[in-house]
Amino acid sequence: MAQPLAFVLDVPETPGDQGSQDPSPYDESEVHDSFHQLIQEQSQWVAQEGLELQQREQEAPGSGQQTLPRPEGTQSTATLRILASMPSRTIGRSRGAIISQYYSRTVQLRRRSSRPLLGNFVLSARPSLRLYDLELDPTAREEEEKQSLLVKELQSLAVAQRDHMLRGMPLSLAEKRSLREKSRTPTGRWRGQRGSGGVCSCCGRLRYACVLTLLAFNAVLLLLLVAFIMGPQVAFPPTLPGPAPVCTGLELLTGAGCFTHTVMFYGHYSNATLNQPCGSPLDGSQCTPRAGGLPYNMPLAYLYTVGAGFFITCITLVYSMAHSFGESYRVGSTSGIHAITVFCSWDYKVTQKRASRLQQDNIRTRLKELLAEWQLRQSPRSVCGRLRQAAALGLAWLLCLGTALGCAVAVHVFSEFLIQSPEAAGQEAALLVLPLVVGLLNLGAPYLCRVLAALEPHDSPVLEVYVAICRNLILKLAILGTLCYHWLGRRVAVLQGQCWEDFVGQELYRFLVMDFVLMLLDTLFGELVWSRIISEKKLKRRRKPEFDIARNVLELIYGQTLTWLGVLFSPLLPAVQIIKLLLVFYVKKTSLLANCQAPRRPWLASHMSTVFLTLLCFPAFLGAAVFLCYAVWQVKPSSTCGPFRTLDSMYEAGRVWVRYLEAAGPRVSWLPWVHRYLVENTFFVFLVSALLLAVIYLNIQVVRGQRRVICLLKEQISNEGEDKIFLINKLHSIYERKEREERSRVGTTEETAAPPALLTEERDD
Amino acid sequence: MGGSGSRLSKELLAEYQDLTFLTKQEILLSVHVVLAPHLVDSEQQARSGNEHTGKPIAENTDSCPLSTRAHRRFCELLPQEQRSVEESLLAQVPFEQILSLPELKANPFKERICRVFSTSPTRDSLSFEDFLDLLSVFSDTATPDIKSHYAFRIFDFDDDGTLNREDLSRLVNCLTGEGEDTRLSASEMKQLIDNILEESDIDRDGTINLSEFQHVISRSPDFASSFKIVL
Repeated sequence: MAQPLAFVLDVPETPGDQGSQDPSPYDESEVHDSFHQLIQEQSQWVAQEGLELQQREQEAPGSGQQTLPRPEGTQSTATLRILASMPSRTIGRSRGAIISQYYSRTVQLRRRSSRPLLGNFVLSARPSLRLYDLELDPTAREEEEKQSLLVKELQSLAVAQRDHMLRGMPLSLAEKRSLREKSRTPTGRWRGQRGSGGVCSCCGRLRYACVLTLLAFNAVLLLLLVAFIMGPQVAFPPTLPGPAPVCTGLELLTGAGCFTHTVMFYGHYSNATLNQPCGSPLDGSQCTPRAGGLPYNMPLAYLYTVGAGFFITCITLVYSMAHSFGESYRVGSTSGIHAITVFCSWDYKVTQKRASRLQQDNIRTRLKELLAEWQLRQSPRSVCGRLRQAAALGLAWLLCLGTALGCAVAVHVFSEFLIQSPEAAGQEAALLVLPLVVGLLNLGAPYLCRVLAALEPHDSPVLEVYVAICRNLILKLAILGTLCYHWLGRRVAVLQGQCWEDFVGQELYRFLVMDFVLMLLDTLFGELVWSRIISEKKLKRRRKPEFDIARNVLELIYGQTLTWLGVLFSPLLPAVQIIKLLLVFYVKKTSLLANCQAPRRPWLASHMSTVFLTLLCFPAFLGAAVFLCYAVWQVKPSSTCGPFRTLDSMYEAGRVWVRYLEAAGPRVSWLPWVHRYLVENTFFVFLVSALLLAVIYLNIQVVRGQRRVICLLKEQISNEGEDKIFLINKLHSIYERKEREERSRVGTTEETAAPPALLTEERDD
Repeated sequence: MGGSGSRLSKELLAEYQDLTFLTKQEILLSVHVVLAPHLVDSEQQARSGNEHTGKPIAENTDSCPLSTRAHRRFCELLPQEQRSVEESLLAQVPFEQILSLPELKANPFKERICRVFSTSPTRDSLSFEDFLDLLSVFSDTATPDIKSHYAFRIFDFDDDGTLNREDLSRLVNCLTGEGEDTRLSASEMKQLIDNILEESDIDRDGTINLSEFQHVISRSPDFASSFKIVL
C-alpha cells in the first residue's frame, strides 16, 4: 500500500525497477565506479556502506542545519540512482548535460536575452538549473534530440561565433568534429578566419611587463620630443656662444662638458621663430616670413610639446591603471584565500623536478602560514597583547619615518654645503658627489628598514610586502622632495645670470646615470654575494624573493620619476632612460637565471602589476607633474639661454601667442576664446572635477549594491541546499520504510508460499 | 618550413585549427619531422640527452609553434612503424610513455591529466587527438571557462562529479608533496579542508560541485596564466 507522500515525486516501487522516469548518467555509462559497484551490489541485497553525500561536521553556529543520516543498512538502488543523477553532479560529467548547457547558451546568444522564458520551465527550484534544461523537464529529451537542437542553433550562428562556441566546449575533439559536421551549412564551404594566436606565453614575468610599460611611455614621449623640438632645432642650429669644449670621457657621467651645448639640454634651444631671418628675439609677429618657408615658433613648440607629452602620458597611465585594476580586482576576492590558494596556486609551466619541489615547499609554507593566521584570528588576543603589538608596530613605523626624515635632512645639509663651498664647484668630478650620496642613501636605508621589519610582528606576509613598499616609497619621496626644493629654490637663486636650467637638466642626467651604476654594482655584488652567504639558511631564502620584487619595482618607478622630472630641462632624457631600462632588464635577467631564484608566486603577480601602475601614477607622475607646473608657472627662466629667455615665466610664451592671435583677426578668434574661458578660467576645472567625483561616487555605490546582492544570493543558495538535504532525508526514510515492509512481506509469503502474481497485486495497492 | 612538407591534409589542419585553441602554423611544422625517420632518430637521441639534463626544450623551439611540436613529440612516443601520419592519428599511446614527457614529468597531477583527457574505452591510453585536446585546454588562448571545467575534472580524483573531503585531501597532498615529512599533519589537513569548504561550499552539502568551483576560480585573476603547459 502506498504511503501518502508529502511531495510530488514519482519514485519507483521496487528497488530493482528498471522503469525509472529520470534517465540518469548510469544509462550513459558516465557514472563513476563506486556508484556502479553499489548499484550492482544493491541488486543482490548485500549491505553496503559509504553513502555518497557526507555528513558535515556539526559546528556550533550550525544549529538547525540538517545532516544526512549515516548509512545503517541497505540503501535502495533507486535512491542511489537518483543521487547519481542529481544535476549538480552531472553538470560537469555527462555529455547530455554539457550539450544542453551549450544549447541554452547558443539560444541566448542568438536571442540576446539574458533570462530564459519562465513559461518553458516547470519544476526546477533553482534558477541556475533552468539554464541547464536537464532531466527535471518532464518531457525528458534524449541525447540525440538535444544534439539536434544544438546543431540547429549552431547553424544559425555566424561562422566565427560558431567556431568560438565549439572551441570553448569541454567535449573531446571527435565529438566537436561531429557537431561541426552536422552544423555545416550546405551553401558552400566556409573557412573560419582565426585571429593570430595568443601572446607569447614564455615572457609572463612581472618585470618584463613593467619594463615594457615604461619603455612604451618613454618611447612615446621621445617620439614627440624628437619630432617637434629636437628635429627642427637640429635642422636650424643656433650659433654657439664659444668654441665647443673638448670631449673627455667624463661627459657620460656628468652630462656637462661637451654635452652642454647640444640638443640634449634646454640651453641650446633658440627662443626665436625658426626658418625666419629674424633679428628680434621676441615672437615672430613683426617679421615677414620667407617665401616658401614654414615659420616654426620654437618657444611655443617647446612648451606645448612638453605639455602634450605629459597630457598623453597622464591619460594613458590612468587608463592602464583602471584597466589593470579591473582585471585584478574581484568583488569579494579577499575572502576565500584558502580555497584560492589550494586550487589556483600550482604553476603548470614548471617542468624541472627541482623547481617542482621548490614550488611544493612554497605552497606548503603558504598553507601553514594561512592556517596560523586563521588560528590567530579565531582566538581573540588579550588587550595587553594587542597593545604590545600596536606599540611594536608604532615604534617600527616611527623609526622608519625617522630614517626617511634623517635622509632628507642629510641630503639638504649636504646640498647646502656643496652650494657654499666654492672650490668644489670648480671641478667637474665634484658634481658627481651629490648623486653618489643620494644613491647610497637610497640603497642603504631600505636595508635598515628591512631589519626593522624583521623585528616587528606581522600576521601576513602579503601585508609585509606592501608595508615594505610603502616605507621605501616614503623614503624616496622625501629625498626627491628635498632635491626638488634644492633645485628650484636654491639653485635658481644661486645661479642667477647663468643657465640654471642646463644645470638642473645635467643634475637629473647625473642622477639617472649614477642610479644605474649603483644598481649594477648592487646586483653584481649584493645579490650574488648575498645568495652565497645565505644559501645555507633556508628560512631567509623564503623571504628574499618577495622583497626583491618590491625593491625592483620601486627602482623602476624611481628611475621613471627622475626622467619625468627632467624632461622639461633635458629633452633627450627619455632616450637615456630607454637605454638604461634595456640594460637593467638584461642584467637582472642574467642575475635571476644565475642565482636560480624561487619561482614567483602566481597569486601575487596581477596585484603587483596593479600596485606598480598605481604607484607610477599617483606619487611618481603626480609629483613630476606638480614639479613641471611649478617650473612652468612660477619660476623665472634664465635670461641668457633657452627658448624662454626674455619672458617672466615659461607660460608667458603661450599668453604672448594668444595675444598675437587675437590681433591676427576674426578667423582664429575661437582659439583665444577657448584659452580665456576654458584654460585660464578656474570654473571649468571645478566643473570637470565635480563630474569626476560624481562618477566615482556612483561607481562606489554600484559596487556596494553588488556586494549586498552577492550576500543575499549566497543565503538563498544555502537555503536551497538545506531543502535538498531535507528532501534526500525524506527519500531515505520512505525507501527504508518500503524495504522494511518488502522484507516483512517476503518473509510472510515464504511461509505461506503464495504465488508471485498475488505478491505483485498486493504490492500494487 | 611551410606547408610544402606537410602530410597532414589541409582540411585536417584547418579542422584542428578551428576546433582547438592551437594555431595553424604550429601544426604544420611538425609533419616535416615525421617525413624523415632518420632525422627523427637523431633528434630523439638529442632529445633524450636533453631530458637527462632536465632542461626544458622550449628554448630551442621558439620558432616552432605548438601543434607542430605536439605532433612531433607525440610521434616520438610511438614505435617506428606507426609513425606515418594516418597511423599516428589513430594510435593509442599508453600512459607510461605520455608521463615520460618532460612537461608532465614533474607535475603531481600527471596521472589525473592523462586520465581526464583519455577517450579510450579502457581509459589507459591517449590518441593524438586526445593529446591535442590536452594541449588546447592548457594553451595560452583557451578561455578560463574551459580551463576551470577541466581543472575541476582533474581535481575530482574519484570521478563522482564533486570534490568531497577525500578529493580535497588528496589534492592538498599532491600540492605539498607526497613524502611523510612534507605532508600537512592530520589536524592541519582537517582544519584546512574545513576552511576550504566554509569558503566555497555555498549550498552546504559538504562537497564542492562544478559551479561552486568555477565561482571560486573566477575570484582569482591569475588562474588562467598558471593553468598552462608550454611545450
